[in-house]
Amino acid sequence: MSKVKRQNQRETKKSLRKELLLQGNEAVAEGALQAGCRFFAGYPITPATEISEVLSVRLPQVDGTFIQMEDEIASLGAVIGASLAGVKSMTATSGPGFSLMQENLGLAIIAEVPCVIVNVMRGGPSTGLPTFPAQGDVMQARWGTHGDHPVIVLSASTVRECYDMTIRAFNLSEKFRTPVILLIDEVVGHMREKMALDNEKEIEIFNRVKPTMPPEWYIPYEDTPSGVSPMANFGEGYRYHVTGLTHDVRGFPTSRPDEIGPFISRLHRKISFHFAEIQMADYFQTEDAEITIIAYGCVARSAKRAVIEAREKGLKVGLLKLSTLWPFMRTAVEKVLQTSKVLIVPEMNMGQISREVKRVNRGVARVVTLNKVDGTIITPMEIMNRIQEVIS
Amino acid sequence: MAEVTKLIHKYLRHDKKFPNVWCPGCGIGIMLGALIRAIDRSGYEKDDIVLVSGIGCSGRLPVYVDFNTLHTTHGRAITFATGIKLAKPSLKVIVIMGDGDAVAIGGNHFIHAARRNIDMTALILNNNIYGMTGGQNSPTTPYGMRSTTTIYSNIEQSFNISELAVTAGAAFVGRGTVYHARLLDSLMEKAFLKQGFSVVEIISHCHTQYGRQNRLGTAVEMMEQQRDQAVTVEKAERMKPEELKDKIVIGVLVDKELPVYQDEYERIRERAKEVMGR
Ligand SMILES: Cc1ncc(C[n+]2csc(CCOP(=O)(O)OP(=O)(O)O)c2C)c(N)n1
Ligand code: SF4
Ligand SMILES: [Mg+2]
Repeated sequence: MSKVKRQNQRETKKSLRKELLLQGNEAVAEGALQAGCRFFAGYPITPATEISEVLSVRLPQVDGTFIQMEDEIASLGAVIGASLAGVKSMTATSGPGFSLMQENLGLAIIAEVPCVIVNVMRGGPSTGLPTFPAQGDVMQARWGTHGDHPVIVLSASTVRECYDMTIRAFNLSEKFRTPVILLIDEVVGHMREKMALDNEKEIEIFNRVKPTMPPEWYIPYEDTPSGVSPMANFGEGYRYHVTGLTHDVRGFPTSRPDEIGPFISRLHRKISFHFAEIQMADYFQTEDAEITIIAYGCVARSAKRAVIEAREKGLKVGLLKLSTLWPFMRTAVEKVLQTSKVLIVPEMNMGQISREVKRVNRGVARVVTLNKVDGTIITPMEIMNRIQEVIS
Repeated sequence: MAEVTKLIHKYLRHDKKFPNVWCPGCGIGIMLGALIRAIDRSGYEKDDIVLVSGIGCSGRLPVYVDFNTLHTTHGRAITFATGIKLAKPSLKVIVIMGDGDAVAIGGNHFIHAARRNIDMTALILNNNIYGMTGGQNSPTTPYGMRSTTTIYSNIEQSFNISELAVTAGAAFVGRGTVYHARLLDSLMEKAFLKQGFSVVEIISHCHTQYGRQNRLGTAVEMMEQQRDQAVTVEKAERMKPEELKDKIVIGVLVDKELPVYQDEYERIRERAKEVMGR
């Protein structure tokens, strides 16, 4: 227990600025502002609307811009445009809107434009369950846009994490020149918790690296050791071409295999070389756990409760909470596999992350799923029951 | 000639591999010429211009010119342009779209940008067909004409792009044809200097797709048809609707002063700060 880094311990260590009672969605908005987001374009949708509403009030106060667009396709288009003009940008939506964003998401990936997309997940498919939570968009976040592409997807299970993960999403997007998706769910988005805002100076903020060479030497999509090239903002003297077509290092469309191959490889490499920086998970009571629950989002809250109850009964149960969903954190699963004989993966879908767990597990431990798709959350009791089943 | 050479050197990208993707004789080249001349005359710096395009033959234009250029997704160019303009209002944002791009897949974005009166210029190359994908029906293919998806005859009524822009609230709307290149120069220059949402519809020919399927002749013959069909706005005012049926009305259709989005938003910022200060 002593080794476990508890969320609230970390908070008290830092100098507190003020304590707020915030909703997850409001914390996302505050986190965005803290990260330096100054442009938001969105289209109203339950259960994400509060993010728009808060930012429509807050952004103009800090010389930022809020615009309600005609749909989600337009929203992400505007966000990408604003980012190209040098302003950190974000949109927020839920399932139906996230589906509409997929084509422009691919453009942001191929053109390497930093931006943040928040999806407050609700029940699907289609209009589904507008006011009920779900975790059905995990695979869509990974593979929703066409073509072979890398993607960064984060998750949050507390109000405080909504704030932190939004900042992290901006930092990663700026650092790796890629869109970052934050997946939360209706429960986390709408729940209220007390949250302390840190001293602003202690929060690490990353801004995109800009070119320093004279414009005539600038190669916008140059291959660098890290895989990320400096990014010039429109209107700063570096006139270059940005396109959704597969392009050469100058940004011009190409159909040469010797240019296409290295380009697509670099897109993947700039993420895969930096797993250590991108991937993040919390380990709760896993050191000696024989059974580890792997969870994320609102389900991780129930899972934590179940772990505490199981420990009280003397059962060696731990929780691996995934904060980075994609790229899937193989090393975290491998770590808990050192002690665990059983992995339980509760999810509010038919088994999206559990497939990844099984893939990494390769038959080492028993992987038990717990899937719920009826619009209600998975309770600690249900997880506890699954633990009991496993033991007997 | 010397003037042309100067413009070519100043505005075309020399590190870009020419020749271009367009069919010989295509009207898009004339639009490109007009665009460069108009920009040169309107006095903007190259660094301050952002050219945004959608997908289609016309969407390929920005890659050849030395501005900040962005080639987006089909129909969505205006949405990206909106973000750019609002994020950095000092930039002059010009959007280039095809007819399918602007009023089929992107029709909603087009009317909403006009309604908001965001300060940008939309140049729409209307060739009555989907050129890039090989000649399918477009929302501006006239009734009764042929395309690869309406080989029996097009039974749909076509959109009048400029009238749509006027109705949606654009501050400036002009129409020209690639036959009337000088008129295009001046329409574009006016549009570039206009504060608010300005539209120039450029009637062009796609002789390889639309022309061939409808036996309209060569590129030159199709341009002669543009000449014969064109009537100026002034003349059209004195004509009856029946007389105007197959005509192309060219010139400035609308030029009015309307509140510009960015200026309005500046007021919102002031208001928001007041509220915060309380
Ligand atoms: C979402 C999407 N749907 C379809 C296409 C295929 N597509 C490419 S260009 C085009 C039509 C272009 O027609 P238009 O906008 O009139 O431009 P033109 O080529 O005639 O200049 C289509 C349907 C696409 N690129 N993206
Ligand atoms: S297909 Fe038509 S519009 Fe496209 S380049 Fe050829 S002539 Fe021009
Ligand atoms: Mg066309």
